[in-house]
Amino acid sequence: MELFKNFKDFKMDVLKEVGNIGAGNAATALSQLLNKPIDMAVPKVQLLSFEEITDKVGGAEELVYAVFLRVEGEAPGNLFFILSPEAATNLLSRIAGIEISGGEELSEMELSALSEIGNILAGSYLSSLADFTSLSMYPTVPALAMDMAGAILGYGLLQFGQMGDDALLIDTTFLEGQNEIEGQFFLIPDPESFPKIFKALGVPFDND
Amino acid sequence: MIEEQSIIKVGMADLNIGSQDSLIRTTGLGSCVGLTLFDPGKRLAGMAHVMLPSSDIAREGQMNIAKFADTAVPELLSRLLALGAVRSRIVAKMAGGSQMFAFAGGSDTMRIGPRNVESCKLALDALNIPLIAEDTGGNYGRTIEIACNTGVLFIRSVQKGPKEI
Repeated sequence: MELFKNFKDFKMDVLKEVGNIGAGNAATALSQLLNKPIDMAVPKVQLLSFEEITDKVGGAEELVYAVFLRVEGEAPGNLFFILSPEAATNLLSRIAGIEISGGEELSEMELSALSEIGNILAGSYLSSLADFTSLSMYPTVPALAMDMAGAILGYGLLQFGQMGDDALLIDTTFLEGQNEIEGQFFLIPDPESFPKIFKALGVPFDND
Repeated sequence: MIEEQSIIKVGMADLNIGSQDSLIRTTGLGSCVGLTLFDPGKRLAGMAHVMLPSSDIAREGQMNIAKFADTAVPELLSRLLALGAVRSRIVAKMAGGSQMFAFAGGSDTMRIGPRNVESCKLALDALNIPLIAEDTGGNYGRTIEIACNTGVLFIRSVQKGPKEI
């Protein structure tokens, strides 16, 4: 995509820092909920084709739980918190004390608890981002879905679909202990949000 | 003896054609629509993974015609015709177009699934291609596969189990 072809490493680093601050706060929130340390991988900022994005969570058909929030305000975008089914049941049993018998579908109550956990984490991601950039960003009510990764993530790519066949994604993975993946945050800012984010952070945006 | 069937993959915003014993598959359809055209006489089938309803909103320089309903359907038809399909025999099926996330007072983006379905139907109407079966709407993802020799469309989803149309 033309807009991103000209991004120099420096700009990618700025976006990495954006992901770092957001996810760092979310990791702290999660760590407080679980009462144990949560590590975070260094955020990755990549321009990926739609296919590659779904591959990041194990392929288009992989079953995932996803909490989705549409970010509105000055720098709109889409925010996903993605969990494998194992990580989701794990989180529920440790945070809410809900034990889930294996293989069963989650009940209304369990889904609601999961959605709330996602909401807390995504909220802390977003509010730290808004503080950092002084841009107004507010989330919509979170929606939870359990489905094929391709079907879920495809939704977050619609704004990019109007412009090209790839999207810029800020990806942060949560780890606990032995590299056990707890969840992934995908922030997909709308194409028109990038100049605003850079401007807010004092980075000249002149397509150089 | 089990015949090895070749599987042709169609990615997001992509289209492809297959014949004889091959299967054409696209995975993880959410609000996107998987549209298939089939010529039973020639045993030729084509599939498009449509992402957005109309190319009017395209802001890219080099447009990907497989992405939009109004451009993907004519392209799929002309590719089939180029391979010898007979226009009057061609029938269409489609699946997908669901609303993955329900929000109160949803904006237009939120309704993208139903809009994709509507646009596909308009595009088919404009070309006089009959739509003989569909499995659209809902709030779940689908993976679909068309058998190029029979035109049967297999649909798998996490929540509803397998289905054939």
